[in-house]
Amino acid sequence: MDTGKKAFGQESKGKGEGASLNRPGNPLDCQSDQDAFRNLSGFVIKPVYGHKDIAPLDVEHDLGGPGEFPFTRGIHKRMYRDRLWTIRQIGSLGSAGEASIRIRNLLAMGATGLNICLDMPTIMGNDSDEPLCEGEVGSCGGVAIDSIADMRQVLDGIDLDRISVNWVCNAQSCVILALFVAVAEERGISSEKLTGTLQNDILKEYQAQKSYYFPPRASMRLTVDIIKYCCHHMPRFNPISISGYHIASAGATPIQELAFTLADGFTYVEEVIKAGIDVDQFAPRLSFFFKAHNDFFENIAKYRAARLIWARTMKEKYKAKKERSWMFRVHTQTSGSSLTAQHPENNIIRVTIQTLSAVLAGTQSLQTNAFDEALAIPSPRAEKLALRTQQIIAHESGVINTVDPLGGSYYLESLTNKMVEEAYRYFEKIEQLGGVIAAIEKGFFQREIADSAYRYQKDVENKRRIIVGLNEYMEDEEEPIELREPDPAFEARKIAELKAFKSQRDQKKVKARIEQIREVAQGKEEFMPLLIEAVKDGLTLGEIIGVMREVFGGYREEAIF
Amino acid sequence: MRKIRILLAKPGLDGHDRGVKVVARALCDAGMEVIYSGLHQEPAMIVETALQEGVEGIGLSILSGAHNTIFSKVMALLKEKGISDVVVFGGGTIPQKDRDRLKSLGVGEIFTPGTNTEDIVNYLKKVLETRKESKT
Repeated sequence: MDTGKKAFGQESKGKGEGASLNRPGNPLDCQSDQDAFRNLSGFVIKPVYGHKDIAPLDVEHDLGGPGEFPFTRGIHKRMYRDRLWTIRQIGSLGSAGEASIRIRNLLAMGATGLNICLDMPTIMGNDSDEPLCEGEVGSCGGVAIDSIADMRQVLDGIDLDRISVNWVCNAQSCVILALFVAVAEERGISSEKLTGTLQNDILKEYQAQKSYYFPPRASMRLTVDIIKYCCHHMPRFNPISISGYHIASAGATPIQELAFTLADGFTYVEEVIKAGIDVDQFAPRLSFFFKAHNDFFENIAKYRAARLIWARTMKEKYKAKKERSWMFRVHTQTSGSSLTAQHPENNIIRVTIQTLSAVLAGTQSLQTNAFDEALAIPSPRAEKLALRTQQIIAHESGVINTVDPLGGSYYLESLTNKMVEEAYRYFEKIEQLGGVIAAIEKGFFQREIADSAYRYQKDVENKRRIIVGLNEYMEDEEEPIELREPDPAFEARKIAELKAFKSQRDQKKVKARIEQIREVAQGKEEFMPLLIEAVKDGLTLGEIIGVMREVFGGYREEAIF
Repeated sequence: MRKIRILLAKPGLDGHDRGVKVVARALCDAGMEVIYSGLHQEPAMIVETALQEGVEGIGLSILSGAHNTIFSKVMALLKEKGISDVVVFGGGTIPQKDRDRLKSLGVGEIFTPGTNTEDIVNYLKKVLETRKESKT
């Protein structure tokens, strides 16, 4: 993956000051006192930065203005002065009915977008009544979606013309999209009008989150299929959210998150172009998802580097001509994995700092974590505080008054440069391995991420990193907080509902649809039009994924630790 | 001296394996032999592997909330097969009241987020040594 022209600061390459990519900034190696000042990516941070540190920077060429190529300073000219980022909180819960109540509460409190997560059985493409799913129905704060009946209930009362929904689904995205379109159509809303996002990023599943079931190639076909369908039928909808968040949650450092996410993005671009779609037809609707890490400036630099690399590569390598094709549009979530179970109130402060960092980085959309998330599914009180954190920063801090207020900072610009450079080194390495999918099959990302996760754990245990309340400033007494309790009767109720739903269908139609899906899976035709009709006839998620599994087969990774 | 052999398993549907991998490495670094099952293991597969590998401990990593179901199944299977000398421990987002419940089923220890890996190593060494002593 040659990503075209290099970023600014090419000249500084070879100075030998950076961390080696094999062991990006391994703090375990550090002996001297100054090495104690390293960011999460392991880069050594100098005591002070000055004009010499940004000498390679060509302001016109490398920064431009906000809303101007290469968009380092942000994708909009006036940024939040015209429109605040979307306040996008998680609105799901086990049952579709409960989720609907949670969603309405969030909207009433001022959320302007929604994230809907799925429970583990739905994520893994199973119906709630599969014996394998026992104990996991409605788990992880995700909603159990088996059929069109569940989708109707989740979307009940949401104004789909106005509120954008981000569906946190991946390997089973085609079914979730089919259900979403089918329910919207029932309500008289055509698919052209629908807004929102499908996560639909399968590469990071193999790399990090591990919710895959088909082999990578088959999954990639489904992803490309969806992007194609959305190009032709859903012009306002983002068919993919290329996600670094999960890569980071699995342990990757910010530089790894940056490089791996962009590498995944370029891979999707290449695959869709190969499928015969012009780059300017789909690239404007590609979206991204980053994690706001604890290290404030490093996090901001990551977004600026991402915008610069994406814009240049889309324009120069993939020859995109539309300005929107060059724009790196991104959703952010604060760092769930940085939250501690010990003294959970401290997490409110962590989330606040991360939120401020995401805003100063120019995010388009933002989810703030609730402070009790290391313990349970957020309580209503914790969830409200998370949402209010965004509103306080938006309306009280004054940071939105001007665009990219940190632009020009010696430190930040130098760090942005460094991240661009290091990202290119990773791209070269991935290229040498034969591209992203080959690198997945060789376990490259998995090993890199596991190494970083272990290093971080050791740093915390050795107190090279201080986590307040965890390895320093500990207190024996914990103040009790009220947690949300899962509903123990839900699973049985859901299974009964599903069985009743299944028995009321036209069984002949169901069987015929299953065979049609099998044929499409065996051939090369597009899935989406058929799946939309199939879910209207009552086919369930488990039935659709089940027949695909029979054709595509499964996938097991080599367990690396 | 024979190394302590531990099976670490990731049961259920969830794929969040950061924790289990970190623990696997820490146990290896502490001189133990670790068999890591990989993802999506069913209780019967876990018990079968434990038997085949002749491990002294089974560690289950569960972050999905399915801990009550899964631990109960593993404990029941071990009992069914007459295995009483294997230490079962676990980790994940498991609330205090569930931790108490699991211990009453015979689960040795539950480690929650923020645990120092050294505490897990020390726990295993201690509990396995005590068992050896009581056998001899």
